[in-house]
Amino acid sequence: MASAGRVLDRVERDPANETARSGPGQSGERSLVPLIFEESVANRRGVDIREGSTAEKRAFELLGPDLCRDAIDGFPELSEPQVMRHFLRLSKLNFGQALNFYPLGSCTMKYNPVTNDELAALPGFAALHPHTPASIAQGALELMFRLEAALCEITGMDAASLHPAAGAQGELAGLLIVRAWDRLHGDGKRYKVIIPDTAHGTNPASCTLAGFKPVVAKTGKRGFLEAAEIRRLLDDQVAAMMVTNPNTMGIFEGEILEIAHAVHQAGALLYLDGANLNALLGVAKPGAMGADIVHVNLHKTFSTPHGGGGPGAGPIAVRASLEPFLPSPRVVRVDDHFALDTDRPHSLGKLRAFFGNFGMLVRAYAYMLALGGDGLSAIGRLAILNANYIRAKLVAHFPAASTERSMHECVLTHDLEHRAGVSTLDIAKRLLDFGFHPPTVYFPLVVPGALMVEPTETERRETLDQFAEAMNRIYLEALETPEKVKSAPHDMPLARVDEVTAARKPVLRWASDHLEP
Amino acid sequence: MRFIPHTETEIAEMLAAIGAGSLDDLIVQIPSDLRAHASIRLEPGRNEAEVVETMATIAARNEHAVRAVSFLGGGCYRHFIPAAVRAITGRAEFATSYTPYQPEASQGTTQAIFEFQTLITQLTGLEVANASMYDGASAAAEAVLMARRILPRRNLVAISRALWPDYRATIRTYLAAQSEIELVELPIDQSGGTAIDEWRRIDRDRLLCIVVGYPNYFGVIEPIREVASVAHQAGGLAIVVTAEALSLGLLKSPGELGADIAVGEAQSFGIAPQFGGPGLGFMGSRMTHVRQMPGRLVGQTHDQKGNRAFCLTLSAREQHIRRERATSNICTNHSLCALAATVYLSLMGKRGLRELAARNVELAHQAADSLEDAGFAQRFTGPYFNEFVIGVPNAAKFIDHAAAKGLLAGVALGVDYPEFKDGLLVSVTELNRSTDFELLRQELEKWMSGAGAEVR
Repeated sequence: MASAGRVLDRVERDPANETARSGPGQSGERSLVPLIFEESVANRRGVDIREGSTAEKRAFELLGPDLCRDAIDGFPELSEPQVMRHFLRLSKLNFGQALNFYPLGSCTMKYNPVTNDELAALPGFAALHPHTPASIAQGALELMFRLEAALCEITGMDAASLHPAAGAQGELAGLLIVRAWDRLHGDGKRYKVIIPDTAHGTNPASCTLAGFKPVVAKTGKRGFLEAAEIRRLLDDQVAAMMVTNPNTMGIFEGEILEIAHAVHQAGALLYLDGANLNALLGVAKPGAMGADIVHVNLHKTFSTPHGGGGPGAGPIAVRASLEPFLPSPRVVRVDDHFALDTDRPHSLGKLRAFFGNFGMLVRAYAYMLALGGDGLSAIGRLAILNANYIRAKLVAHFPAASTERSMHECVLTHDLEHRAGVSTLDIAKRLLDFGFHPPTVYFPLVVPGALMVEPTETERRETLDQFAEAMNRIYLEALETPEKVKSAPHDMPLARVDEVTAARKPVLRWASDHLEP
Repeated sequence: MRFIPHTETEIAEMLAAIGAGSLDDLIVQIPSDLRAHASIRLEPGRNEAEVVETMATIAARNEHAVRAVSFLGGGCYRHFIPAAVRAITGRAEFATSYTPYQPEASQGTTQAIFEFQTLITQLTGLEVANASMYDGASAAAEAVLMARRILPRRNLVAISRALWPDYRATIRTYLAAQSEIELVELPIDQSGGTAIDEWRRIDRDRLLCIVVGYPNYFGVIEPIREVASVAHQAGGLAIVVTAEALSLGLLKSPGELGADIAVGEAQSFGIAPQFGGPGLGFMGSRMTHVRQMPGRLVGQTHDQKGNRAFCLTLSAREQHIRRERATSNICTNHSLCALAATVYLSLMGKRGLRELAARNVELAHQAADSLEDAGFAQRFTGPYFNEFVIGVPNAAKFIDHAAAKGLLAGVALGVDYPEFKDGLLVSVTELNRSTDFELLRQELEKWMSGAGAEVR
């Protein structure tokens, strides 16, 4: 493979921008790209407003000086080309899935087809206003209706809602459904939700938000939940159990059918966290596992771009008996047209304005059309193949945390901490020098120093080989020249970033000197 | 399949390296019952041209609506989006990265978020802003939960009835499980603003916060200073919610008027309507409350060589560290939308944003005057930004009638406000021309002289 090195394009130094930076604290630091505020020059502009200055006068007359503010001190003043250059230079400081292998475990960083972005930008989708009468927004409603149906088929559930803006909001929606269901059909006194110790942090956080108390289930020695442990925790105060399957160890919950049975026997519901749904495509359906509620991350399994941290979309799908509780309004088909049904007395209500992250729904639907039933059914196995291939290639130096088979991701460990004083974080930073985004690190919490690698099905074998070679090389390097790993990265625009100082003395905004107290 | 690189040969070789005989050997641990029923029964896959054709056909069914003359607002606003915004947000380095957990490989994202946070503090007049929320409605709900963490002994939440219906509903949903919290809704007076005298009757000992729109759902610029002082006198917090973020370019900032938390929807800043999402929730507050804030925060620091750097910080508030004791369950937020807003605001700049806001005010008032001349008086007396309410008999029917003729006349208030069943909420932006005003006026006049008046 290529030498460990300059895979990331470097930002060429722009002499015009090599100004000493101002701003609070730490004087004398250099910046890779000045802040937009530091590049401003009074009275420069990046947009022309028709009759702008007369409008300003008129608005002042109409509203009066009491309502209007003064010009905002420190607000940017740049020309359009300057703005373009600023953000293009910033873009070069980022890794992205399209440019780099990005095996961030649990995040399913697969290829995002660029055609989907173009389709979402079609005026018929992008310019459509949410208050448009349903009679002339039929295309949008039809797309949502079809996407819901596809999600039901994929998850093996009966009804879906596209409202939740992200997976965590899907969790909240699901748990509020549990709550509404318990109030309608039970005594409304169930207050506990069982959550495995391997769960994402959003699970317990969503529980709190939905008014439940999380009860932690211990993962068995082999890396998955044992039904006996769940039976031990179940009682008539348990409202639901949340399971991520495959779990965050990348292991299929082998006793899921027994667990589902026990949960239902105890009068509780089974919530399946679909964060790892990619592994299940064509392999197993949540509905068949006994799930009552599932959420799906469209930005993971269905390839909508992750956007540096969103926007995503976190639809939920439920069994027919829970359909009345879904968020309002629902898209319904009435004869030959589509409508929004707001007459839903049992609905949990609204989670957000309007109907969902529609722009993301368009992309996900286009992705499903491209793959089709045959393509989608093939994905799970290929994602699993890639993860197991990496695991096999790394077995000598980075053994898996569990002896069970891996699904779409593998959680790896290492002995470098005690052999060489090299930490998982050091390994992650050294990987950057090879042009690879590091895996998720230190998660799941039950595996000390974990490296959670999720290659996804869109990565080719050569990339996996190169990644494995880099990892193995770092292992040897850590033994021979540990300092080199501990001081990484070396070939990035920045050396290691001091995150401790950021938290100790929070500077959360730029302030021009005269504004700073 | 064009997104999948594996050839048959490669699959065989990779399986050999793993020590498996077939792909199915990799999943033998899964109960056979599950595997047997796992096939996904959807139509077969399509090539790119076929996907484009299918999607274009669906989009075409909305074409009539997007070509219409529009006065739709009510929480989602039509503004021109400079091409530079799309050119930047379309960059794969931004679009295909994720939450910047590794700052050395994410300075583009982290610095842009830091700039976004700064812009939001400048617009809201507050000291700290987070990296984004989902949208204005969920941001408003999160603000109430934040207020609760700041004042845990107080439990009365007073919400203006002039807050967007979806926002009120969302707050209700988020508070549904907080059984000890009581929600009261405060009425509207003839100004179209919240009746201040009613605010004064709030139980002072229990008041947690008041939540008020600025401008509110009816476009009315509420007297925030008075509202905030009522809240503060009672020992509670003032939460100010803005859905038309452009207004903050011209109106006094919520912070300057006494808001403790300012939240809202910044879709106006370079994000297309997209049938209502994704938008961009924002949240600003006082620095003293930063540890009670939900969501990501980026802070400034340096690298080991002394270069300035930015990274996620104060994460001990968040779900991945604090789990059930986190300030929120939010993880993925609306980062790319925050980038769009950052580019948009950088282009608009100090003068442009102000002028554009002013242009919206001017045009909205022109439209209102023109309608008033034709006998369609405004329903409310309060000052307004770029939206206003007029009375139209059978407003909902008029909307459908006009829609068929290529005019999206506004939003009918009747569904959410039975007391204003003739209310039509008209939104005017820089995208509207004076010929649009003419069309609206003509259609309204025809409606009054014909069917509309009679049905009444």
